[in-house]
Amino acid sequence: MKIQIRYFASLREVLGAQEWLDMPSGSTLGDLRDVLIGSSARHAEALARGQAVRCALAQRMCDEGTVLVDGAEVAFFPPVTGG
Amino acid sequence: MGERVSVRHADFDLSAEVATLRAVDAGVGAVVVFVGTVRDHSSGQNVSRMELEHYPGMTETAIEAMIDAAHRRFDIRAARVVHRIGVLEPADQIVLVAVTSAHRGQAFQACEFLMDYLKTQAPFWKKESTAEGSRWVDARSSDDAALQRWGLSSGNAG
Repeated sequence: MKIQIRYFASLREVLGAQEWLDMPSGSTLGDLRDVLIGSSARHAEALARGQAVRCALAQRMCDEGTVLVDGAEVAFFPPVTGG
Repeated sequence: MGERVSVRHADFDLSAEVATLRAVDAGVGAVVVFVGTVRDHSSGQNVSRMELEHYPGMTETAIEAMIDAAHRRFDIRAARVVHRIGVLEPADQIVLVAVTSAHRGQAFQACEFLMDYLKTQAPFWKKESTAEGSRWVDARSSDDAALQRWGLSSGNAG
């Protein structure tokens, strides 16, 4: 299934605004993060476990156990700092 | 009744915002407003400008959900949130949270609740420019702690 991945703030500066990836059906957000980490040295550093990275699915905050669906919009970003 | 959430580049007029909230509801007996502004210093350094990024669509939806939560939790008449994005300078206004209620107590609480919620759950990111270059602002664990006062957990700052 095709997954749209969007990045914001410091992650966008390193990885670009968005990319698409094919994932096996039943994959979770955590599985996707693992695949991304394996895709380049830049991804590995920016998305490393232990880095403060938040994620969203369909524009809602989610944890990594969330199961993805075909065509899903996923986003990775640093902790939020508005207000 | 006007829109509840506005995320935009343009500045806001505090008096006009409050007047609009009051004009449509004679049951209002209290208006509480918070305005956040750009500080000219951060971690001991002078800040010359600030840039605010958001997640178009998600940011607005998240704030709408916060206002729904405020209505469920407090006896308020209305709430309005304006948050600016783009390039801002020291002393510029960043955010407005305005809440109306029949009596002051609920409006005071709901305004603080909305700001605590927004700080940790609304997708905005600040980048400061200083003499040493620009840097993304770190999230504060004290903001997570502020939300916990309302019985809500937040792991935003990690």
